[in-house]
Amino acid sequence: MSSLAKNIENLGAFCLNALEQTGRTFNMLLQVIWELLHPPYRFYPIVRQMYFIGARSLTLIIVSGITIGMVLGLQFYNILQRFGSVELLGAGVALGVIRELGPVMTALMVVGRAGSSITAELGIMRITEQVDALECMAISPDKFLIAPKVIAGLLSVPLLTMVFDFVALFGGYFVGVKMFGVAEGSYWNGMIDAVEWQDVRLGLEKSIVFGVLVTLICCSRGFYMHLTKAGSQGAEGVSSATTDAVVLSSIAVLFSDFLIGALA
Amino acid sequence: MNKINVQLITGLFVMLGIAAFTYQAVTIGGASIREVPGYTLTARFDSISGLRKGGIIEAAGVRVGTISSIKFDPDNYKAIVNLRINDGVPVQQDAIASVRTQGIIGEKYIKLSAGGFPDLLTEGMEIHETESAVSLEELVSKYIFDGGTKK
Repeated sequence: MSSLAKNIENLGAFCLNALEQTGRTFNMLLQVIWELLHPPYRFYPIVRQMYFIGARSLTLIIVSGITIGMVLGLQFYNILQRFGSVELLGAGVALGVIRELGPVMTALMVVGRAGSSITAELGIMRITEQVDALECMAISPDKFLIAPKVIAGLLSVPLLTMVFDFVALFGGYFVGVKMFGVAEGSYWNGMIDAVEWQDVRLGLEKSIVFGVLVTLICCSRGFYMHLTKAGSQGAEGVSSATTDAVVLSSIAVLFSDFLIGALA
Repeated sequence: MNKINVQLITGLFVMLGIAAFTYQAVTIGGASIREVPGYTLTARFDSISGLRKGGIIEAAGVRVGTISSIKFDPDNYKAIVNLRINDGVPVQQDAIASVRTQGIIGEKYIKLSAGGFPDLLTEGMEIHETESAVSLEELVSKYIFDGGTKK
């Protein structure tokens, strides 16, 4: 009996904790918007974060984009060949990449490369009391640390997604046209006929949401590390916060992808 | 030095991203900033099943315009289609607009066939000669069920 009560209690604690975390994350978003509306406006921190989140992820994005494009080209070719409609290859690759895979894969890559290090950085700043030092000097940590990261995420992830899409189309082209000999014209023109502005817009909207979501979750996990049960102390806390941040933001990306797709 | 480097690389990254976006939006997505100059004609069809807004208008197999809107006419139960025809494409008063399919299961489009009348249609006028969408299912069922009876 008491063990049952204990289990129910654990469930309740888990739910409350999850709710608290979500609340803190979105509170942080409001805080960022508030800070954005108030001077002083400083652009250089945003540029630096864009360099870190965006420009330095470019190689990874290009390599993974080409790979995904090639894989899609290969698989779609094999499937379409069975139905004798290889001329739809361009349309298939383009719609798949632009609507779904581009935004999602880019967001997941950014989570792995930049998100984890954001959490670790903020977590270490928290446990070494650097955040407290900022507050002592009356410097708003939200403005100084969080806002540039979230804005940089908002701007960088869509830009990275566009590069990913572009490169993936050429990956598909390489496999479809150069390796399997699909007609070049039917690849590109099928793509141009099938993809509408709405598709590009959907991909763009998704990537903007993902950009904010990923950086926000990673920031809040690191910044509020001292408030979580596991992350109260030391290096172990930073490692578990980082793991949490990566897992949570990946899930958030996948779930919101479905949500946006269903609503659009 | 380091500072310049960061800004330079970030600037290049932003330019690359915007270039990739423009390529997708304009070339592949077909979003045009300015409208292609043209004029709008209307046409009434009994059925346009499968035709959609933004579809293609072809004359002799060449793309000469797009379908700008599709409405339902409740008075005589017909579909009213607005056709945006590019400038420089003459449409005679007795030209025929027919709903056709690309291939057997392809997308629906409107085919314009030239008429013999010397007068041309202008902005807002109506194409009176129309042919509706041919439904493969209807044709097949007609063939099967009417085939035995003599005409």
